Amino acid sequence: MNVFRIAFAYARRRPLATVLNVALLALGVATITLVMLLSRELEQRLVREATGIDLVVGAKGSPLQLVLAGVYHADVPPGNVPLAAVALLGQHPLVRQVIPMALGDSYRGFRIVGTEPAFIAHYGAAVAQGGVWAAPMEAVLGSEAARASGLAVGASFTGSHGLAEGGGDHGETPYRVVGVLAPTGRVIDRLVLTGMDSVWKVHEHHDGDEDRDANAGADPAKPQAVARASPAPEREVTLALVKYRSPVAAASLPRAINTETVLQAASPALESARLFTVFGVGTDVIRGFALLLIGASAFGLFVALAQALDERRYDLAIMRTLGARRGLIVAVLLIESMLLAATGLVAGLLVAHALAANVGSWLPAAAPLAAGARAWHPDEWGIVALALGTGIIATLLPAWRAYRLDVAATLADG
Amino acid sequence: MFSLNGIEHRYGATPVVRVEAWAAGAGEHWLLAGASGSGKTTLLHILAGLTTPASGTVIVGGTDLGTLSGAARDRWRGRSVGIVPQRLHLVGALDVRDNLRLARYLAGLPDDPDRVRDLLDAVGVADLARRYPRALSQGQAQRVAIARAVVNRPALVLADEPTANLDDAHAARALELLRTQALANGAVLVVASHDARVRPLLPHVYALPLRPETLAARGVAA
Repeated sequence: MNVFRIAFAYARRRPLATVLNVALLALGVATITLVMLLSRELEQRLVREATGIDLVVGAKGSPLQLVLAGVYHADVPPGNVPLAAVALLGQHPLVRQVIPMALGDSYRGFRIVGTEPAFIAHYGAAVAQGGVWAAPMEAVLGSEAARASGLAVGASFTGSHGLAEGGGDHGETPYRVVGVLAPTGRVIDRLVLTGMDSVWKVHEHHDGDEDRDANAGADPAKPQAVARASPAPEREVTLALVKYRSPVAAASLPRAINTETVLQAASPALESARLFTVFGVGTDVIRGFALLLIGASAFGLFVALAQALDERRYDLAIMRTLGARRGLIVAVLLIESMLLAATGLVAGLLVAHALAANVGSWLPAAAPLAAGARAWHPDEWGIVALALGTGIIATLLPAWRAYRLDVAATLADG
Repeated sequence: MFSLNGIEHRYGATPVVRVEAWAAGAGEHWLLAGASGSGKTTLLHILAGLTTPASGTVIVGGTDLGTLSGAARDRWRGRSVGIVPQRLHLVGALDVRDNLRLARYLAGLPDDPDRVRDLLDAVGVADLARRYPRALSQGQAQRVAIARAVVNRPALVLADEPTANLDDAHAARALELLRTQALANGAVLVVASHDARVRPLLPHVYALPLRPETLAARGVAA
């Protein structure tokens, strides 16, 4: 016999009220934790993917679209720009490096990026098998693209038109896999990389077929990384990643590019912050709702304890006659509510982590967020404090009444 | 074994109990007699240290209750006094056996399964050890309440109207049980009762008069 056993016996005696309060709290904790885990992971990924990229340049249009297409590979690019303009930017004294990218095709949903080997270096990806492309139509697969497609070095595949699955095939110009990259945890894992000349070559073949392709493509706004007049090489690229030589460049370079060239410059840091602000409204609403659930469970706990106290006045009086100090009576109530709060808390955290770890199965677009959501987040200590604090606050008034219980009068009431 | 001197207790301006002097020797069995409203329950609570009288001294087993702090008095009560309250009242969330173990725990005494088992056997409810109080009859609950009152081997056993609502046979049996258990534990027994059937069964009697002030307060002419 001990104080925990007594508290547990009481909690067990009112199974429905107990289960209801635990469930309410668990729901609130799970919601708030899940939102926190996913939004923190999203924010971190947004920042991580943009690391080292000071600017994205491409066709004029929406800067957010440019960043989504060039950094996160999550949107279609606004259009194409002349390679010459990008090359010229590379000679600017404030620019350390320009990595051009030609987009437009994909393989089984993985984007085919025509670029330079510097792209691989930028993401710090090691070549796990084979090597880097040396000739047109040689491709290197990101680790996830290789795993999901099952392609290995030496295999061949043909890209399809457009960035989503379902575009027309480029059957006449197959790629050959010459290398596979090691995992990096960044977007490059989900890309298929090749030389820019490969992308140009693929599209030379059907200069005259543009209309057919446009009809077959899944996305009418689909960009065309195409060299339009093929033998006369006014080469085009889709966009380019820019690294500054010095932070000073941030003050003048974007505006100079936007006003003086055909290019548009967009800052990943600014655009992703803007994007996250938009998300933030949604997560704030969900978080508010979760707090409401936790508040409701606190109120439920309070009502249950206050009611229980009325029913238990005689029990408590008897315990006092058996030698229990006032403090012990308060401890029984406090432990009982802590028992419920802790159960709800643990259940909620487990549910949140389980949902976050398997987010891909119920929210496929968020699948990449699962990996980081498995780990314990320091902010979860705040949720622990919130849930247990809620339990304590709900107990204060009943505990005070129990403490003040007039034993003799309660017994005489009988 | 205990002595009360110059006790007076009142609720507001109304005196509810007054005892000039009452002393009991070791192992004695007492009837605390008096009509309803004469303050029997209040006097039992004073003896148990649950109520502090407005004036007077209460000495039980050599301890002056007036000198004990609240927590010390709770601790003293748990070990020295066994109470069978009028409504018995077992703790509903715990089964019969755990009600007895609870008494040992709350008094700060080590768990003693043998003692609990022997005692339940002695009062004739050994087979009900795992039942919850709501599954007990009135008579069974009273046996458990008596067992719980003596499980810590208290020096003083107090019972409040133990024969109320019992027929003659059951009343006699309840009294018999209280007496044998008090005897077995060498405890002083005080039974507060207005039941005439109890009087012949207890050798010592302390009678509380119904105070005129109480009557007046109730609107009854003295």
